[in-house]
Amino acid sequence: MLADKDHIFTNLHGVESWNLGAARRRGVWDNTAGIIQKGQAWIIGEVKNSGLRGRGGAGFPTGMKWSFMPKDLSVPHYLLINADESEPGTCKDRDILRYDPHRLLEGVLIAAFAVGAHTAYIYIRGEFYNEALRVQQAIDEAYAYGLLGKNAANSGWDCDVYLDRGAGAYSCGEETALMESLEGKKGQPRNKPPFPAGAGLYACPTTINNVETIALVPEILRRGAGWFAGFGRPKNSGTKLFCISGHVNKPCNVEEAMSLPMKELIEKYAGGVRGGWDNLLAVIPGGSSTPVLPKEICDMALMDFDALREAGSSLGTAGVIVMDKSTDIIYAIARLSKFYKHESCGQCTPCREGVAWLARMMMRMVEGRATTGEIDTMLDVTKQIEGRTICAFGDGAVWPVQGLIRHFRPQMVERIERYRKQAKFA
Amino acid sequence: MSEAKPQPKTFAFNGENLARARKIIAKYPAGRQASAVVPLLDLAQRQSGNWLSQTAMDYVAAMLDMPPVRVYEVASFYTMFNMEPVGENLVQVCTTTPCWLRGADGIARACKEKLGIDIGETTPDGKFTLRECECLGACVNAPVVQINDDYYEDLTPEGIGEILDKLKEGKKPKAGSRADSRISGAQDGSTSLKEKNK
Repeated sequence: MLADKDHIFTNLHGVESWNLGAARRRGVWDNTAGIIQKGQAWIIGEVKNSGLRGRGGAGFPTGMKWSFMPKDLSVPHYLLINADESEPGTCKDRDILRYDPHRLLEGVLIAAFAVGAHTAYIYIRGEFYNEALRVQQAIDEAYAYGLLGKNAANSGWDCDVYLDRGAGAYSCGEETALMESLEGKKGQPRNKPPFPAGAGLYACPTTINNVETIALVPEILRRGAGWFAGFGRPKNSGTKLFCISGHVNKPCNVEEAMSLPMKELIEKYAGGVRGGWDNLLAVIPGGSSTPVLPKEICDMALMDFDALREAGSSLGTAGVIVMDKSTDIIYAIARLSKFYKHESCGQCTPCREGVAWLARMMMRMVEGRATTGEIDTMLDVTKQIEGRTICAFGDGAVWPVQGLIRHFRPQMVERIERYRKQAKFA
Repeated sequence: MSEAKPQPKTFAFNGENLARARKIIAKYPAGRQASAVVPLLDLAQRQSGNWLSQTAMDYVAAMLDMPPVRVYEVASFYTMFNMEPVGENLVQVCTTTPCWLRGADGIARACKEKLGIDIGETTPDGKFTLRECECLGACVNAPVVQINDDYYEDLTPEGIGEILDKLKEGKKPKAGSRADSRISGAQDGSTSLKEKNK
């Protein structure tokens, strides 16, 4: 079990106050100027050495992302914080935003300095209204104490931080769609290249990171890259926030070392699967886009980027959705297809039309009102969507269905046969 | 934007919102005032009783020097903008898989019974509109219902019934978790950081 002293998010559960005084007692904003005075190269080097990979779902190395920013500061550089947390099963950033916003803001200042940005926008999903109020309070407090604005925290770096609220669109969690939204447009992803580091917000060099990623940075720099890299397996380092939802006795958010066994995570922190581990049917390990894993795989799975990829899924956002044997797994996945149908931004035909078709098809599969051949048709359609859209959400929309067919085809066939039998006798 | 909807003849921000709007526009670089469209539409919606008329959208378009159609496009893209009037209390039941696994269907049923309306309908007195919505991002506190700006979490059918009863009486129920915790660190006490939070 991760020792209390090794937790970075020590107020994850909101037991203490969120405010500046309490945050300082937790070590936030401790000698931030000293960190910044070590220079850009040192900060980026430390973040690289820590092995930190983005916590928003894609797992891209953070230090490397920062190093892509042009060194010429004659055009404005921007830092964007993605707080558009909308991936079903994921609710970790929410608890940073409402319980430890200063930890995020300190990270924002350091990251802004590291990428040469004097302006940062925190883009928070519109539904997080109360969380947005809280973050704004924290920003106001930070300005009042000279921690943001001109010569922020006496670091010699000017950094303005603004909060921007979305208005209900899953697609805005995609980095370039978020930029479109910030520019006052529909949240539809852009073609890449150009990549954000070259031309992002307002066509200026832009770095965009997830809330958790940025909030980890100050503590990594204070305690050292080696300390952070000491948790988890190589290339999967650090501590990670996991959200454990669904059929567990105690759903919760928890910080643990990367690479711990899934079974241990669920049993130690979430009170175990309802009815015991043997009552487990399947787990969606990293938010709704990641393929479902049946119990046999969960028995052995480790919770990190590479292990879950090898298991045919992904760590994604680490939103662990647990389903016990009472679950209608076909409906559980069909409901996700309905989600993606609702949330497709409508830009690319394969996603807009294909995902809507999949959702309708999946609802028939729930009833069993289909032929077994249609399972393969469905699989074929997912392959026609995957990799054929501007952004990765097309892939994310079809992976749940692919996972279902991969591991639960017999259940789908059985459902179809049952429907046929009933229809015959009707 | 159809003709049938009752469009107010005029719309303008009140003094307080005008000041807020100016502050919002100032967050973005000069010439990038279109960036303010989402927050300004939100302000306009709040001032108009939780929906956006074409009159209000045209006002925002003029203020930001945007073609009105660009503003309509944005307003219709984002789900939080209500393109027609809704009830005083907009009740949105999350039914996405994590909430569904924890009994969202029962919550939706309880809302229907308590309010006497179906999903997508508004009560005749205009007090409640009931909707089904997609993941609200509070999955470890499922099932979740959002009513206007507030989340109600860890709900039971009885719990949501009590909340709706209070709202019917014109009272504001306490938002947040209905379980015995202010936290998402497991419903009955944290399972991590035990030493620290003793």
